[in-house]
Amino acid sequence: MSNAVTAPRAKVEEKLFQNRYLVDAGRPHIKVRPHDVPSASLLAMITLCPAGCYTTTESGQVEVAADGCLECGTCRIVTRKTGEIEWNYPRGGFGVLYKFG
Amino acid sequence: MIEEKFDAIVVGAGPSGNAAAYTMAREGLNVLQIERGEYSGSKNVQGAILYADALEKIIPDFREDAPLERHVIEQRMWMMDDKSHTGAHYRSEDFNEEKPNRYTILRAQFDKWFSSKVREAGALVLFETTVTELVKDLSGQVIGVRTDRQGSPIMANVVILAEGVNGLVGQRSGLRDEVSPDSVALAVKEMHFLPRETIEARFNLTGNEGVVIEAMGTITRGMTGTGFLYTNEESISVGIGCIVSDFAESDVTPNELLEAFKNHPSIKPLLAGSECKEYAAHLIPEGGYRAIPRLTGPGWIVVGDAGQFVNAVHREGSNLAMTTGRVAAETVVALTRKREPMTAAALKDYEKRLEQTFVMKDLKKYQGIPALLHARKGAFFGAYPRLVSQAMQTWFRVDGTDKKSKEQAIYRNFRETRTLWGMLGDAFNLVRAWR
Ligand SMILES: Cc1cc2nc3c(=O)[nH]c(=O)nc-3n(C[C@H](O)[C@H](O)[C@H](O)COP(=O)(O)OP(=O)(O)OC[C@H]3O[C@@H](n4cnc5c(N)ncnc54)[C@H](O)[C@@H]3O)c2cc1C
Ligand code: SF4
Repeated sequence: MSNAVTAPRAKVEEKLFQNRYLVDAGRPHIKVRPHDVPSASLLAMITLCPAGCYTTTESGQVEVAADGCLECGTCRIVTRKTGEIEWNYPRGGFGVLYKFG
Repeated sequence: MIEEKFDAIVVGAGPSGNAAAYTMAREGLNVLQIERGEYSGSKNVQGAILYADALEKIIPDFREDAPLERHVIEQRMWMMDDKSHTGAHYRSEDFNEEKPNRYTILRAQFDKWFSSKVREAGALVLFETTVTELVKDLSGQVIGVRTDRQGSPIMANVVILAEGVNGLVGQRSGLRDEVSPDSVALAVKEMHFLPRETIEARFNLTGNEGVVIEAMGTITRGMTGTGFLYTNEESISVGIGCIVSDFAESDVTPNELLEAFKNHPSIKPLLAGSECKEYAAHLIPEGGYRAIPRLTGPGWIVVGDAGQFVNAVHREGSNLAMTTGRVAAETVVALTRKREPMTAAALKDYEKRLEQTFVMKDLKKYQGIPALLHARKGAFFGAYPRLVSQAMQTWFRVDGTDKKSKEQAIYRNFRETRTLWGMLGDAFNLVRAWR
């Protein structure tokens, strides 16, 4: 296809540094339930999460690190049938804090 | 802890919740609004175009102190392929009117302003508090909410759910199903800062005039979606969004898609030299009329994005949110004045009132469009934009070929890509869905 990404890739991690967060240390609002083999939906989150919160471990499980989460809810909706993710809003006042939105 | 019983509790302080809380408080109702963010707007993302009419019906003199960026005098619609755009631009001096019709805004700042009006009108607003569930009595009537703050539930005659697209409270209380990945879009957006003189020179603007660009085409790589670029006072909002189920099947990340859009030769010079100060992501309900869930029940009403009130074809959402919030509030005010209980039957009046507004009329009019665009996404977001670009190029490039041969080449190109019947079918379906 001619429309491959030719753009210089600004890393998503670097973009998240621009944002303001109040991290609720030790109380992640998203958890991946223990699993052996992730479903296709859960695996899709590795590219789909706009904040790049999902990664795979060496043994093939999917992990989440939600500190940079933008609280869009995409992972919750995509895995709604598999139930592999436990998703809640951060406690009131915590999480992302948009200055402009 | 809060002991008193409220006339109404509003969950969420986006445009729908603020419209509802303001309207009820101004009419003297005892209103509690609960918002999980540090302030109204801290969790909210929009393009953002504000449609004055919906707000004017709530706060007629909002122009006096609302944080407005620019009033829109020019609309550009672009069909893009990888290297080009074919555009329709509409610019008119008529939009430089005394009370402009559309403005660009920054949601975090706009919502904060709206929220200050809600408090001035007399509502009590609790921030940094997440509603976790609805409290029901034995008959199933909703009588209050529980929050993530300690203490007993807070009671009210009616709960207005203005909780946005994710709508966890309503879903977890069994009022509606989970949102489906093919009826929401995921949008990512950045804020790019530039001196205002640069923006004005680049877009041919004076004073507070503004330009907005809506774009579709190969920028979404065959996925159902659109891109946008809006001018603010000293910044440019740029973003792109696609239906979640399409994104889930593709291996491009939202960030990569946005980077490619920003680096498109038609967009890049508009952003040159800017400094990015925020990266945001948010869902947009795009299922239209057919995705609207149950809107009322005993002691509860749904407004705004939680009710899927977005007209994706016209990129309108916040105005539907404010209008549904206002109409729900007017329903509750009328019932409260008559001292009628907030039964399911009584609250149905909200749905009847909505039928009379542009909200339901527009959503009904376009009810076939989301499914059609989605089913034919390869054509609408790939083949057609490419064909249009190639046709334009053939037509405008002067290379010694006669015009008749050029016409034939363009026609052949269309025929080879899509059968004539296929194209006619798409055109027919689109027109039919539009009417
Ligand atoms: C990228 C993008 C561009 C858009 N562009 C436009 C545009 O140009 N013009 C337009 O009119 N519309 C646009 N929209 C749509 C518009 O933003 C929405 O339709 C509108 O914000 C809906 O308002 P709302 O009040 O229903 O929901 P929201 O604005 O999402 O507000 C919901 C509020 O509820 C709070 N909340 C949620 N759950 C809880 C809970 N359990 N407890 C307490 N608080 C809670 C949230 O923190 C939030 O403040 C756009 C949307 C996006 C994502
Ligand atoms: S809510 Fe959105 S940003 Fe947060 S982890 Fe899920 S997909 Fe990523």
